[in-house]
Parts: sequence; C-alpha cells; structure tokens
Amino acid sequence: MNYHWNWGVFFKSTGVGSEIYLNWFVSGLGWTLAIALTGWAIALLLGSVLGVMRTLEEGWLARIAAVYVAVFRNIPLLVQLFFWYFMVPDLLPTPLETWFKQDLSPGASAFVSVVICLGLFTAARVAEQVRTGIEALPRGQVNAGLAIGLTRVQLYRHVLLPQAFRIVIPPLTSEFLNIIKNSSVASLIGLMDLLAQTKQTAEYTANIFEVFTLATLIYFVINMGFMKLMNRVENSVRIPGMMGGSGK
Amino acid sequence: MHFNKRVLCAATLVAMTITPAMSAELTGTLKKIKDSGTLVLGNRDSSIPFSYYDNNQKPIGFSVDLANKVAEQVKKELKMPTLQVRYNLVTSQTRIPLVQNGTVDLECGSTTNNVERQQQVAFSVGIFQIGTQLLTRKTSGVKDFADLAGKNVVTTAGTTSARLLSAMNVDKKMNMNIIQAKDHGESFQMLESGRAVAFMMDDALLYGEMAKAKSPAEWVVTGRAQSHENYGCMLRKDDPAFKKVVDDALKAVYKSGEVNALYKKWFMSPVPPKGLNLNFPMSADLKALFANPTDKAAD
Repeated sequence: MNYHWNWGVFFKSTGVGSEIYLNWFVSGLGWTLAIALTGWAIALLLGSVLGVMRTLEEGWLARIAAVYVAVFRNIPLLVQLFFWYFMVPDLLPTPLETWFKQDLSPGASAFVSVVICLGLFTAARVAEQVRTGIEALPRGQVNAGLAIGLTRVQLYRHVLLPQAFRIVIPPLTSEFLNIIKNSSVASLIGLMDLLAQTKQTAEYTANIFEVFTLATLIYFVINMGFMKLMNRVENSVRIPGMMGGSGK
Repeated sequence: MHFNKRVLCAATLVAMTITPAMSAELTGTLKKIKDSGTLVLGNRDSSIPFSYYDNNQKPIGFSVDLANKVAEQVKKELKMPTLQVRYNLVTSQTRIPLVQNGTVDLECGSTTNNVERQQQVAFSVGIFQIGTQLLTRKTSGVKDFADLAGKNVVTTAGTTSARLLSAMNVDKKMNMNIIQAKDHGESFQMLESGRAVAFMMDDALLYGEMAKAKSPAEWVVTGRAQSHENYGCMLRKDDPAFKKVVDDALKAVYKSGEVNALYKKWFMSPVPPKGLNLNFPMSADLKALFANPTDKAAD
C-alpha cells in the first residue's frame, strides 16, 4: 500500500487565521473534557438519588426510579441525542424556542443538548450501580442502624452510602471512562469535539492514519490516566477489613 | 528429500519468471483486474445525484454512469467481455484508504481533486466542477456572503466550505456563528429548522438539498462562488496505464457529446428515488471542463 506518511501534518497551517492543525486538536480536547465532566456531574448527582430511590421501602419512589432506568438505559444514545437536540426545542414555548435556536450561540445550544443527553443517559447506569452497592451490604446494617435510633436519612448518610460508594468505585470509574468516549456523539450535532476535529483534519489533510492515530492516543492517555487516578483513590479510601482487602 | 526441495525451488523460480512474461504489457491495476477477473468501483450512499442508492439498493447517479463507461472501456482493453464489475460502498473517511489498499480500483462519486489528496492518490480528468455558494430562504434578505455578518451560518464539517467560511470569519471579522453539521442532510435540517439563515456548500449539492425540501420554491441558491472545485475519479498513484484507460474513456464521453445527455438525465430531469428535479443548468465552467478535460485541481 503506497501510503504517503507525514507526521509533520499536525504542524501545517489550517488556512484559517494562523492556526495549525494541532490547535484544532487542543480545542477539540477542551470540548470533549468539558462535555464529559459536566455530563458526569449531572450523572453522578442524579444517578445517586435514583439509586437510593430504588432501595427505598416506599414502593412508588422505587418504581419511578425503575421506570427512569428502564427508559434511559434501553434507548440508544444517539436516538436520545437527536431527541434532545432536534425535538425538545420544538416542544418549547415559542419565545424560548427562538432563544434556544437563534440567540444562544450554536455551540452553546449543542453543548446544552449533549450534556443533558449524556448526563441523563449515564445517570441511569450510575443509579443501577449505586443500588447494587447499597444492596451488597448486609441487611443487618440497616436493622442495626434503625435499632440504635438513626433516622433513615442518617442511616443512608452515615452507614450505607459511605460503604456503598467505596464498593462501586471500579464500575463508576468505567462509567466515567464511558462518558468520555460517549461524548464523541457531540460531533454528530455540530460540536467540534476531539472526534469532530479529527475527522475534519483527516478530511483536509488526507493524512488519515496519522490523524486518527493521534486521536486514539489522546483518548487512550486521558482514560488511562483517569483509571490510574481512580485506582489510587480506591486504595486510599479503602476501609481495612472490608471487601476482602488486605487491610493495606 | 533435499534434492526434491531444490527441484521445487527451481520450478518455482522458472514459473515466476515465465508468468510476468506472458502478460508483460500489463502492470498495476490492469493486471490486478485481469488476474482477479473483477473491477471494483467505489460508490457513495447519498451523494445525490452523483452516486447514491435507488430503492433497490443499486448504485446510481451521474458519476456511477461515468464509472460504468470506464468499465466498458476496461472490458474492451483487456478483451474480457465477461469481466465482473462490483461495487464497494465508501464514505468520505474510507474512500482514500480503500483505494490505496486495493479494495477499490476506481472511486467515482463527489470527490474533490485537491493537492493534499494528490499526495495519496491519483485523479482522472475532472468529471464535474462546482462553485461554493449559499442556500437560503427567499425571504431571508441574504443575497451574498457579506450579508452573513453576525448571523448563524451552517456548513458541513470537513468540507472546503467549512474551511473557507472559518477563514472568511477571521479575515473579515464577520462575527458569524458557524455551525458544522455532520452531513449535508443535517446541514439542511439546521437551515430548515431556523438554527441558521444560510447553508454554504457546493452548488450542485445545494440544488440537491433544495429539491428535497418540503416546498422547494421557498429557497434560493445565491452568492458569488467563493471557490471552484473539480470532482474527479480516484485511482491508485503511479499507475499511468490504468489512468490512461480511465481518462480516455471519460474524454470519449465528453467528446461525443454523450455527457450532455447524461447531464440532462441527472440534473435537468426527475431523478430517483423521489422523482425530484434539481433544475441545475450546466455552468459555463463545467462546459469548459468538458471541452478541455484536465486532471489539475481547480483554483
């Protein structure tokens, strides 16, 4: 295959102002991180609330959470994105719709849509993990907590959640890595995230392999770095004697 | 045992020297086609009316018709009337690697011939010329690019238009909000839903989108063309024999005037799948290209 390799392509001018292609990758990476982190904040907050709801004795709260999880976990992410971006604005009252579509900059309106979409989608998954974490604890802890006179809020705040979150750090880490990777759907509604900038650079330079290699490396390094960080967090918050750990 | 191996080696060597001698005149793609008995053409799925699928998932379009003319020529050249012609779907991301690695022998779709791509692949003589213009509502008041200052403008990501528009925004401080949609259909959706006042793209593609609109009469293609680009068929680099066959076949279609009938069929008449008529008259630039075919990049 006579491919013309050129690793210097990232330092070539893009033809827009004085930018080089590397600038596009940096700006794309910025968007990717902004989307993933904001989406994650929503997912973690909402997911925790929903996860707790699923373990409550009040059947109707548990059912609301169960329905939420079923809906958001079973509809493809892309379909959800098009729903938030193309359909929801049309359902808003006219002044709000005009504001969202025309006054808000296109980048901002796409950002809002994709962050809501990813946040709500990932919340369903986080909810399931938080629930599993709570349910993994021995039933006796609930009884003991109530017996010593803790209210239910105190029971969750001081006994159940601190342990449950420790148990589910590894799957939550996976979810965060997923949201970074899933953030690439933003490129489909015109946000110039890392993937969009990669595709665009590939299209302009015709150096497809170099360009996608760099993007792969960037995603890999971010995710790997975060994984290492979370391993450390997991170790430092580990309670000696719990989870079959060595008590390190 | 040892002896047998030697005989085998010798036999292989003899065979290796004889085989090329039998088809000494054939090299590169032509040899590959002869040996495999198949010519693989690259097609697109939604480049209306250049290369796209009809209701039976069969590739059709202006570029597909031209590619078939080339296939006829290849059959004659190789004296292989039963040569198999197969289609292989490509996207804007896969088309260059698939031509380079030999999956696709010839890609005729809506691929712009430019110097960056010439580093990777070769191009036939031009098969089309476009200008980059604006599609907007007749009532929008947008007549030319200067009217876009401070407005939301959409274009398709990764296209020349996207780059030109960004450069224009910086150079002329126009303060436009540029939306880069993932494909032409989505760009038009942004325009139709009111997120943008204008859509900058290749004129031929704008006429295609306009034809698909709910009421085509509400829309207009306007503005002074910001660039001109030649579309060409892509083939592997450094393969003059195959390139000559391709170029000669295309030039024959231009010279005989057959190309005018093809143009009328795809740009001035209703086309499948919905029977839309692009009503896109042949530009002076395109007439000039057909009169004097070239494989140079435009501008």
